[in-house]
Amino acid sequence: MEFEAVIGLEVHAELLTESKIFCSCTTEFGGEPNTHCCPVCLGLPGTLPVLNKKAVEYAIRAGLALNCNIARFSKMDRKNYFYPDLPKAYQISQYDLPLCRDGYVEIETEDGIKKIGIIRVHLEEDAGKLIHEENGGSSLVDYNRTGVPLIEIVSYPDMRTPEEARLYLTKLKSILEYTEVSDCKMQEGSLRVDTNISVRPVGSDTFGTKVELKNLNSFRAVYKALEYEFKRQAEAIKNGEEITQETRRWDENKGITISMRSKEEAHDYRYFPEPDIVPIVVGDEWIEEIRSNIPELPHQKKERFIKDLGLPAYDAGVITADKALSDFFEKCVELYDNPKTISNWVMGEILRGMKEAEIEASSLPISPEQLVMLQKMVDAGTISISIGKKVFDTMLKTGKNPNDIVEEEGLAQISDEGSLRSTVLKVIENNPKSVEDFLGGKEKAMGFLIGQVMKETKGKANPQMINEIMKEELSKLSKN
Amino acid sequence: MEIDRQTVDYVAKLARLYLDDKAMEDLREDLSQIVGYVTKLQELDTEDVEQTAHVLPLKNAFREDMVRQSMDRDRVLSNTDYKKDGFFEVPKVFD
Ligand SMILES: [Zn+2]
Repeated sequence: MEFEAVIGLEVHAELLTESKIFCSCTTEFGGEPNTHCCPVCLGLPGTLPVLNKKAVEYAIRAGLALNCNIARFSKMDRKNYFYPDLPKAYQISQYDLPLCRDGYVEIETEDGIKKIGIIRVHLEEDAGKLIHEENGGSSLVDYNRTGVPLIEIVSYPDMRTPEEARLYLTKLKSILEYTEVSDCKMQEGSLRVDTNISVRPVGSDTFGTKVELKNLNSFRAVYKALEYEFKRQAEAIKNGEEITQETRRWDENKGITISMRSKEEAHDYRYFPEPDIVPIVVGDEWIEEIRSNIPELPHQKKERFIKDLGLPAYDAGVITADKALSDFFEKCVELYDNPKTISNWVMGEILRGMKEAEIEASSLPISPEQLVMLQKMVDAGTISISIGKKVFDTMLKTGKNPNDIVEEEGLAQISDEGSLRSTVLKVIENNPKSVEDFLGGKEKAMGFLIGQVMKETKGKANPQMINEIMKEELSKLSKN
Repeated sequence: MEIDRQTVDYVAKLARLYLDDKAMEDLREDLSQIVGYVTKLQELDTEDVEQTAHVLPLKNAFREDMVRQSMDRDRVLSNTDYKKDGFFEVPKVFD
């Protein structure tokens, strides 16, 4: 029997407001513990939370970019549970009337475009951070993050493979970044992912028992955990075992999921309408105003790169999928009016460099100015393109300017005719066999000879010039 | 409206209330009366009545997105005896 996965994703994204959702404390990441706190976000008695208008606008903006219907009438609800990271012992969230519903995102799979449905996008407040001490019986609480505005984006279980889940997350992240609703930094916790997966025979339209997965700290972890869980569940079903409905934790080091027995107790959050916050009523005018402020989305940018900049569709797709990368690209094109040349760098050296150094485009140690400087050195003939690539590698490692690297390492192209001619003559003298081959009609032998000149000059010879000089010298020989 | 003891135990557990048997039994009786009283409302025909989201006739009470000074950490931590290195200290919890 063949199996398929049924995967749904819940994504929490912190909104890029300056202040918290219900008070004027900063949302800035980090800071000394408990220094971004006030009576409201600490949940002290007698305080009154007041909703941040920008947080509502960002949630609606995200909903519009995700093709959702925006609720004309929405309210906040109180979700009750005890946990030390939640000072009020309830979280202000949304229950039955979320701000946004029924959206979708499109992903490009091998079989074409697929729509992944979005059930809802709702607004809520973040909780604090708990640090579990290695030794001793206590945990430490930092309430700086408490009250940072969040949206929770819940997908339909429309994904059938871990790869589709990865594509959905990548697309979602890029939309949230483009709309400037969230900076989506998983390492800082501003984007967090939970997923659920069940397994069923291919072709079946009923659902299997769902397992929730937690502790997914990267898209790679989501992919790996789903891949593992799919195999585990399929194996269990084949062996006639029952799948338990439970939450499992991804263990990154061991590469397995582990049951979290403590969470099996069913939650009863006793939601009720939040008495401290009055309803949110959204009119057409406000929605249109928010819509008109949505920055260019990835697919719009892709179209523009194809139409206005003449990039191939594939290149445009790859570059625009990553907001930071497309920003980098556009900055370069502003400084250097040849999009195709810049795209070659980005598609080639930059993507390779990012992969090798395992860095994001946002933390590239090379600035657009530096890349353009490098390309201009190639244009000016100061260095060849192949030396240019070497210089690029050094820039990536050191962050130094290309002209400094070329100077320090003596990489400038040799365009001095006298010196090049003497090297050519030396190579001709040392390789009589190849010279004979060439004169006997083997055109290829010339390539070898030129390669030898390059070797002699450590790749610094001006290629056009050696070509000409080599031809000249060889034709002198053939006339003799 | 009779509330059974199981329900009282459950609600107490959710609220982290630990009470002796006598108190629980008293609560069971009180809750039965309170819920019984409120249940009377179920008799009303609310077919055409919009759901109440809030008791005040207000909407969209917003503040602008402006940052202001937070509290001094000494004051943040002043109400607790359980603190360490600027953190609140709580009994160890596991995820
Ligand atoms: Zn605050």
